[in-house]
Amino acid sequence: MAEKKSATDSSYVRFENVQKSYDGEVLVVKDLNLDIQKGEFVTMLGPSGSGKSTCLMMLAGFEPATHGEIFLDDRPINTVPPHKRGIGMVFQNYALFPHMTVAENLAFPLEVRGMSRSDQEDRVKQILDMVELSQMADRRPAQLSGGQQQRVAVARSLVFEPDLVLMDEPLGALDKQLREQMQYEIKHIHENLGVTVVYVTHDQTEALTMSDRVAVFEDGVIQQLSTAESLYEDPQNSFVAQFIGENNKLNGTVEKITKGICQVRLPDGTLLHSQQVNVDGVGDKTTMSLRPERIELDPPKGTKNIITGRIEELIYLGDHIRVRMNVAGNDEFIVKVRNRADKRPLKEGQEAKIGWLAEDCKALDYTSQ
Amino acid sequence: MSDTAINTMGNKAQNAAVNNGPLIAADGTPLKQKLAKTTRAMKTRAFLLTMPLVLFIIISFVIPIGQMLHRGFYNPAVSNVMPSFSVAIKDWDETTGELPSEEIFEIFVKDLALAKKNREVGKTVGNMATRINYELPGSRSLFTKSARKAGKITEGPYKEALFALDKKWDNHNLWRTLKRASNDYTISFFLAALDMKYDEAGNITRADELYRIYVPILMKTLLLSALITLLCFLIAYPVAYLLSTLPLATSNLLMILVLLPFWTSLLVRTSAWIAMLQQQGIINNIFVFLGLIGDESRIQMIYNQTGTVISMVHILLPFMILPLYSVMKTIPPSYMRAAKSMGATNTYAFRRVYFPQTIPGIAAGTLLVFILAIGYYITPALVGGSDGLFISNLIADHIKKTLNWSLGSALAAILLVVVMVFYWMYNRLVGVDKLKFG
Repeated sequence: MAEKKSATDSSYVRFENVQKSYDGEVLVVKDLNLDIQKGEFVTMLGPSGSGKSTCLMMLAGFEPATHGEIFLDDRPINTVPPHKRGIGMVFQNYALFPHMTVAENLAFPLEVRGMSRSDQEDRVKQILDMVELSQMADRRPAQLSGGQQQRVAVARSLVFEPDLVLMDEPLGALDKQLREQMQYEIKHIHENLGVTVVYVTHDQTEALTMSDRVAVFEDGVIQQLSTAESLYEDPQNSFVAQFIGENNKLNGTVEKITKGICQVRLPDGTLLHSQQVNVDGVGDKTTMSLRPERIELDPPKGTKNIITGRIEELIYLGDHIRVRMNVAGNDEFIVKVRNRADKRPLKEGQEAKIGWLAEDCKALDYTSQ
Repeated sequence: MSDTAINTMGNKAQNAAVNNGPLIAADGTPLKQKLAKTTRAMKTRAFLLTMPLVLFIIISFVIPIGQMLHRGFYNPAVSNVMPSFSVAIKDWDETTGELPSEEIFEIFVKDLALAKKNREVGKTVGNMATRINYELPGSRSLFTKSARKAGKITEGPYKEALFALDKKWDNHNLWRTLKRASNDYTISFFLAALDMKYDEAGNITRADELYRIYVPILMKTLLLSALITLLCFLIAYPVAYLLSTLPLATSNLLMILVLLPFWTSLLVRTSAWIAMLQQQGIINNIFVFLGLIGDESRIQMIYNQTGTVISMVHILLPFMILPLYSVMKTIPPSYMRAAKSMGATNTYAFRRVYFPQTIPGIAAGTLLVFILAIGYYITPALVGGSDGLFISNLIADHIKKTLNWSLGSALAAILLVVVMVFYWMYNRLVGVDKLKFG
């Protein structure tokens, strides 16, 4: 589960027991607790309908929390209207005002704050330089490319120097290449300005590339909140293991636990060793998670887990070969085989031995899916 | 793709570059000719498909409007009745102050007698007399009376004989008017429509105060139309906003209510307003019941301007709501949210972000309602009484009752010009390409 920090004074954004329901029948957000430190880049990652966007809207003030309290800099903000929260926001489709030029769009938050015209101009010029769009000041948003619009939207959310910026799937409308480029740009802006960023996305690459910490949402609950590395290396439950990166599943029953290593019996009788992460005791059913790149074909003798499977399909990908195998009745079992000169030729239909270390295999909560 | 395919393509590209002349299709004909040939069938079909509409518009729209415009300038009443006289009078120089010569009088009397005898339909002395009467009120009987006796004048001097029939013939202005009217093309009707006339010296002046009716009514039509447009806008804007933001099921229901008036007859709707607004009507009854007004001081809300404005606002409202709605529907809520996240209050965000984006809808709605209102006829006729009349009602009067088609046409042409001027102004201010009707 989420690593629970006690609510300290240092946290900048704090959700306390927040619940949200739209219709009074279904909880979209169930008892959310979340602390975000000042200057942190936190991403809310999850499939659509998991409640991540709702959390962002509650933080921005566009949706009231049904229960619980949200704190900003230790100030409860449930009753503060959005325009008084001073939070910058980037919207999914940018929401650049189509009837204003780029410069007018950027000056809008300054104009609202009653800044003098010359100060507005200076500030707009400065921020346009930052996103390298100085030549575009007098264009309308519709005359810009998707990437340029995106930059203007980011610039607009930053121009009034908020301490907190929310981004709601800001890269969703861009093509893959541009998206990757923008990821780095946003990351650099965050590093240079030191603002706190709360970012919502359903794209895990985006989340893993940019964030200090990632909160994985599912079913209105944060399944795990940790750094990108530990999400991938140490998933706390089957959902996270399955959602982040590629994953092989093997279901079995725990027979014995010694020093954090479980012995798990598969339905076909094979005994495997696996690190205990999210199983309580002997006799429990468990789903084991195993990353495809940690599996070795023709493992050396003495490897903790060795099992035989049949090769179903080979996909040549240049740097590696994806091998789909049938292992212990699971024919979606993927093994990544490095492309080496001394590799023996693989054939579909062949039987092959595969093996992995006990530490690379995590015994997690049982899921039938 | 195979390697050979890539080669052939490369060769062709090279050939085209080397040739440097017009591009040639694979069978040797020039590419442009080939293209025209392949699209010809398509173009012909498209043309034939639009043909019925083009014909319909020409027959039912372009020709009648053209005729109407023509009719405003063209009135052959005098030359129809007195063909010889209308040619002869052209030689008379009215600026000298003398009456026409004896020869012209002779032709006039003979023409008059002949016309009286022939009595061709539409070419009677009466028709001509009516035409002159428009410009010289009270002169009609002079013509009809004299025509009856003109046959008895068989020898000269014709001038004295005519004066003997009626002393009123000895009038320089009458002959000047006759000369003007004997010309088939005239601007007299346009002058009349603009409350102007020729004075006795033949100069164009404003009509007497008592006869100035068309310009004030045109002004009132414009003013009331503007008021109706403004009221429509004020009522329609919130409704359209609600329609565009409510959940689909609710907004569909509301939309039916908006469209309901479209499915009811115009006459029924107008009559309903009569039932509502008359002095013994529902609204007055409610006011009396509530004690807001006394039974003897019931408010006059119908058969005057108030009645015209209320019922026309109701009837034209959908024409404002629909364009507004279609524009508002396309404005995503994230714009307002973005504005608020940047610190704008609701009012400020509405004024700077939402409202400017609805301007194309406002432009379309106001233009539509205003132009429809200017030309409205039925409703003012039914509920307008005497002071709630529109210019269209006067046009209808001239076409149907007084049968002064030329004046009716002149008024209609002026109305058309006014509408076109407004359209032109709109185009300059808003840009017609920005209009959004749905």
